[in-house]
Amino acid sequence: MIWSDVTSDPIDTAGLLGRVGDPEDGAVALFLGIVRNHNDARPVAGMDYEGYAEMAREQLAAIVAEAAVRAGSDRIAAVHRLGTLGVGEVSVAIAASTPHRAEAFDAARYVIEEIKKRLPVWKREHYLDRGAEWLEGRVPAAQCANVSR
Amino acid sequence: MDVTVLLFAAHRDLAGSDNTVVSLPEDSTVGALLEALRCRGGGWASLPERAAVAVNRRYANGATVLTEGDEVALIPPVAGG
Repeated sequence: MIWSDVTSDPIDTAGLLGRVGDPEDGAVALFLGIVRNHNDARPVAGMDYEGYAEMAREQLAAIVAEAAVRAGSDRIAAVHRLGTLGVGEVSVAIAASTPHRAEAFDAARYVIEEIKKRLPVWKREHYLDRGAEWLEGRVPAAQCANVSR
Repeated sequence: MDVTVLLFAAHRDLAGSDNTVVSLPEDSTVGALLEALRCRGGGWASLPERAAVAVNRRYANGATVLTEGDEVALIPPVAGG
């Protein structure tokens, strides 16, 4: 099934895999984004993920739907976490199930790259030495149609 | 007309608030709204002139015309994943 969510609950990767898969599929790709323990050689203690939750849910649903069309598969699921995460915790998980491996890898890759471009989520890194900073992000593309809704 | 503006992450830190209501003439654009916010001075003046903006949870642009009751969000550069 096509499924997505943005949540402050810990991500259940086995549960996510359970949402995809089909007897006709010979490939499942699982991508996990993990909070790492350093950034530019600076030791990291953890990360706050803040999001515009309602919009992020709509954007992630749209991204997953686009990936499904590209892959020709309706077995794609993705979840992004918000809140305070420690090193090693899963911040994003994407599962894609397709008949052959190329489409599964491609679908998972598409979802994470689009998340990086347009999901309204921000992260604030906490450092072991001291302080915290919002990480540099990417400017999302403006929607060019002159419409208000 | 009144529109609600949501602020997140670094923008919220600059403005010192996570939301505000702005009164604007009818048919004002997103660009005019950003100018009105920046003209408040203080931290508001440090908001970017051309911030990415969502109107009713969809990405818009500076020329997008606003309507009474719209939910506008300033979107700092995104950093999900």
